[in-house]
Amino acid sequence: MIKLSNVNKIYKVKNSKIHAVKDVNLNINEGEIFGIIGYSGAGKSSLIRMLNQLEKPTEGEITIGSKIISSIKGSELRKARQEIGMIFQHFNLLWSRTVKDNIAFPLEIAGVKKQEINRRVDELIKLVGLEGRENSYPSQLSGGQKQRVGIARALANNPRVLLCDEATSALDPETTDQILDLLVDINKKLNLTIALITHEMHVIEKICDRVAVMENGEIVELGSVLEVFKSPKAEITKKFVRQVMDPSENENVIAHLKENHPTGKLIKLKFLNEEVEKPLITTLIRKFNCEINILHGKISQTHIGSYGELFILLNGEENEMQNALNYINEYGAEAEVVIQNGKTIS
Amino acid sequence: MEKLFPNVKWETIFEATQETLYMTAVSVVATFILGLLLGLVLFLTSKGNLWENKFINSIVSSVVNIFRSIPFIILIILLIPFTMFIIKTMLGANAALPALIIGAAPFYARLVEIALREIDKGVIEATRAMGAKTSTIIFKVLIPESLPALVSGITVTSIALVGYTAMAGVVGAGGLGNLAYLEGFQRSQNDVTFVATITILIIVFAIQFLGDFITNKLDKR
Repeated sequence: MIKLSNVNKIYKVKNSKIHAVKDVNLNINEGEIFGIIGYSGAGKSSLIRMLNQLEKPTEGEITIGSKIISSIKGSELRKARQEIGMIFQHFNLLWSRTVKDNIAFPLEIAGVKKQEINRRVDELIKLVGLEGRENSYPSQLSGGQKQRVGIARALANNPRVLLCDEATSALDPETTDQILDLLVDINKKLNLTIALITHEMHVIEKICDRVAVMENGEIVELGSVLEVFKSPKAEITKKFVRQVMDPSENENVIAHLKENHPTGKLIKLKFLNEEVEKPLITTLIRKFNCEINILHGKISQTHIGSYGELFILLNGEENEMQNALNYINEYGAEAEVVIQNGKTIS
Repeated sequence: MEKLFPNVKWETIFEATQETLYMTAVSVVATFILGLLLGLVLFLTSKGNLWENKFINSIVSSVVNIFRSIPFIILIILLIPFTMFIIKTMLGANAALPALIIGAAPFYARLVEIALREIDKGVIEATRAMGAKTSTIIFKVLIPESLPALVSGITVTSIALVGYTAMAGVVGAGGLGNLAYLEGFQRSQNDVTFVATITILIIVFAIQFLGDFITNKLDKR
């Protein structure tokens, strides 16, 4: 649906150049929610703005559907933009217009007839759950409600692509989740392709199918959210994953377990998706002559599946324990011996 | 009344007030249009905006600055040939109009530019992302979103214009300024000067009140 090939963006500032986006190649599939994560200054803002040519790429080609967005201009570009919705961190609503008129604005721009505008606006207000607030001004709305208006406005012209520029970064955690739920909802209902940028791993975890991690203008990691969560490769990705998996909690747990279990192997298991549901522990107990203690566990629910960690304590004959470990690895879960006989291994 | 203001002829005051109001009204309307146009050009051609153009921006900016710095009384004299050319006379209310408009429009243009700069850049970006033409951005975003500031700006400018009409009056344009100078000052009739001043004060207060009222009505922020 969206294809970027060799996209570069260079800003010229007095006597120096800033290479904001470097050689980005990306394919975003139809109907998927694609997240781009990075710290501020990573180039993600420039990247998403090139998707509707709010910024022109210095080099490279961007196509959306069958249109080469990066090279069109004038009325053709304006027409293409009408088919790409966009929502913003600070909502960017017109304070001088009511909720209704804000949602009607893109329809006015597209030259839709008055009657049709009214019908469509009512439909959109229902879709985003703003019934009763039609005649309020933005200043009378909460942050979450403002973003709902933003979403309704972005969807007015039935776009096939929605761009989200830090859409939840100005909202509190609860409102963030409501807006994310709404995004997933419209993604399914309308088979909308969503490209979003964020600096919060929580957003990626909750709604994205695939994720690209950006650092210094480059995409340093790309893959399905589960993959990236399970085995982050780049240093920055590990940092982001820690945002939601909270390693300090694990460290505390390990320290605590080390004190209380001076013998045996303490194993950290990583599960992905369906493995979480298969009865691994039962099989282990039945098949091997070991004692197994479940000590600590946690499962994170992402948009496309679950990802879990489990700490178990294995006690028994060295041979039997090794067999059990081999079995776990064959089974598909990732096992890592963290403590052996009271000594930290990793 | 007769004893308090022995020299005041109320019909003359009434006539002069009408002239002052006429000059103010016409010049305010013209200043609003011309100033808005200049202000839009100043804003749109400035750095990072839709028609970014250093050359045009610096030309318009210099013209605005030059006309804004010339003291009004000198501007009237400088504009005599121009006024003679289009109005064909230097006397009466109409003769004051070119100078009033040319004196006030650049001032208002700066106020317009400031008002437009206050608009959230994100709103303009969002409108561009919707596929809007520049004309749509001007008429449906820039002007409506800055309207309270545009109105309070024209209020300030109108009050300045009332002052300008009094100055123009001294050089023959009629109105309350003319009355206060000729009948009041030159003939030492202090009561006439006093009544003319009070009338001007009332006009200024009325404009300020009306301007504040409209600004508050418009502002939904």
